[in-house]
Amino acid sequence: MTAVTTRRTAPAAGTTPGTAQGPPRRAPRDGRRIAWVPTMALLIGAAYCLLPVAWIVVAATKSGRELFSTFTFLPGTGFTANIADLSAYRDGVYWRWMLNSLFYAGFGALLSTAVSALSGYALAVYRFRGRETIFNVLLAGVLMPPVILAVPQYLLMAKADMADSYLSVLLPLILSPYGVYLARIYAAASVPADVVEAGRMDGGGEWRIFRSVALPMMLPGLVTVFLFQFVAVWNNFLLPYIMLGDDQKFPVTLGLYTLLQQGSNTPALYTLVITGALLAVVPLIALFLVIQRFWSLDLLSGAVKS
Amino acid sequence: MQFTTRRRLVATSLTIALGATGLAACGSGDDDQEAGGPVSLTYWAWAPGMDKVADIWNATEGKKQQIKVTVKKQASGDDLVTKIITAAKAKKAPDLVQAEYQALPTLVSNDVLADISGEVKGAEGEFAPGVWQQTTLGTDAVYAVPQDSGPMMFYYREDLFEQYGLTVPTTWDEFAQTARALKKKDPSKALTTFSSNDSGLFAGLAQQAGAQWWTTEGESWKVGIDDAATKKVAEFWGGLVKDGSIDNQPMYTPSWNKALNTGKQIAWVSAVWAPGTLTTAAPQTKGKWAMAPLPQWSKGERKTGSWGGSSTAVTNDSAHKKAAARFATWLNTDSAALAALVKEGGIYPAATSAQTGGALSEAPAYFSNQPDFFTTAAEVAKTAAPSAWGPNVNVAYTQFRDSFAQAAKNKSDFTAALGAMQEATVSDLKKQGFEVTG
Repeated sequence: MTAVTTRRTAPAAGTTPGTAQGPPRRAPRDGRRIAWVPTMALLIGAAYCLLPVAWIVVAATKSGRELFSTFTFLPGTGFTANIADLSAYRDGVYWRWMLNSLFYAGFGALLSTAVSALSGYALAVYRFRGRETIFNVLLAGVLMPPVILAVPQYLLMAKADMADSYLSVLLPLILSPYGVYLARIYAAASVPADVVEAGRMDGGGEWRIFRSVALPMMLPGLVTVFLFQFVAVWNNFLLPYIMLGDDQKFPVTLGLYTLLQQGSNTPALYTLVITGALLAVVPLIALFLVIQRFWSLDLLSGAVKS
Repeated sequence: MQFTTRRRLVATSLTIALGATGLAACGSGDDDQEAGGPVSLTYWAWAPGMDKVADIWNATEGKKQQIKVTVKKQASGDDLVTKIITAAKAKKAPDLVQAEYQALPTLVSNDVLADISGEVKGAEGEFAPGVWQQTTLGTDAVYAVPQDSGPMMFYYREDLFEQYGLTVPTTWDEFAQTARALKKKDPSKALTTFSSNDSGLFAGLAQQAGAQWWTTEGESWKVGIDDAATKKVAEFWGGLVKDGSIDNQPMYTPSWNKALNTGKQIAWVSAVWAPGTLTTAAPQTKGKWAMAPLPQWSKGERKTGSWGGSSTAVTNDSAHKKAAARFATWLNTDSAALAALVKEGGIYPAATSAQTGGALSEAPAYFSNQPDFFTTAAEVAKTAAPSAWGPNVNVAYTQFRDSFAQAAKNKSDFTAALGAMQEATVSDLKKQGFEVTG
């Protein structure tokens, strides 16, 4: 995402701010004036979001010696050495953490999307007693910060003797109130009742209608749910922090934290943490780039008419 | 189809529930089956290279005694204490934990740590009394074996002290004079800074002045955070900040690193582990620093405080407490183990015999200009004042960071900040259900 934003805002910053998105030269010809205030606000916002990223990128190239002594945005000479050091740290445990994160985020988001799709569709299409109550409870769940649930979830997992396992991190992520909420809203908007009715008339079973008719219509919405979940799990800290004791099962967020907090008598491994943080953003950027094309489906997915 | 799915679901959840009860029954087995079979222990620790030290045990002593230790590396800090307590609530705490001294009362009052006095009593002579006392909490029980300690010292730029004609302060009065003299000679420089982001430093300075923050009187706690000794320390540093003699920016930030690296700050009140921090913070000033004992409150006194340091403790959840205690003793008293801890973990051992010679016979590379670094350090370590920790050090520390950050930033009254710290600590103790006097 960041890469995309950079590309789009970069020319805007130089010559014609605010017109980067649309056809560039039309605005002046129409006699419309550039809206300076919103443009500046957006540019400041972009800079605010991008500066830390730029800092990480530059800082990751600095060796330990250069990190705090050279000018902040002056690239250093240690990038490859940093990556080599990071890979060598405790026999490459960093890459294990990355794989763990990929597993938690990828598999967790997939499961969570599947559950959200099913329940969102059910809530949107079927009318049954207690539907609104369930939905309201879900809404309350959206408002509930997952942080306060982490400890109770840990105690539950410990009771089931599943604490400190891959499942202990995966299971609590599967039901995402926000995901169900989004899926319901999206299903209500994109799957018309007529289509479902037509499917029934043609003798399709409920499962078949969901799978072959509704699911493709909901796809762009589900991609959004998947992305949200993936990013949320990838950045998740507290839940795995409480659940996991075994550093071999840590996701990358927790792993980097152990590099920072090594006790007062050992300095934090700043260069490794910075390089590790930079590398940990790469899969997210890649995911956004790959999945972007699914969003354009949104425009094509017409409803009954047209 | 729908029906079968549902039935299967019910069946699975039943199995899970039944399985859980079955496992729970297994978990609460009897305490110490010392005789039978090999024992496997888990150990939560944050010191770097601890797994390598455990490997030495597993290959030698542990092999003989059939006790295998697996290290699960954690991030240190107050959060780890919370994590250990949460795990203990679920009866899932590891057999062994690395715990900072100030965390021990919190862990003990939450019933996390086992009394291992029976197994480790013999080790008492290996440690300075002030260090050992922290693991007993003044009782007959022993809750941990000391691992490393952090006696405090004064670090300064030898070359810049010479350049500005400053002498190394031996008392805090001289320290203040030195700070002012430097400001007069070069207003862009500062002797040091008062940092509000690490409460351990302030706690150590208060210990040196004779403060006893938590004491017990019979069944009730007495909190002395705003006692006369601590007030003296707070007023001293508050005064220096107020008249601008020293800086008021926090430590461990990039700009602090820069200030040390470029000689904008020319001294640091720190502990024996400072060489490691300076190596990363100020790499370009290697060989230009020197260490001296901490300035004293009255001339001729010899006292220091402690900043940092940790111990190895056995939890109540461990099914093999005796085996765990044996490992903890080996780890912190055996010469091979201590040498490995120093080499791999960079710790400063609490065991007095290991503080000189062996791996510590040579000064740290950063202090190659001071060959007697560790001999001096060992002398200083002997003068560490006793510390008195209570069950809610984390609350006091959090309040310290909040109110002293404000006070340092606004250059306002430090004693008021200290009062807030006292008040927060007392009210939290009461809220937790402890009896509090005074």
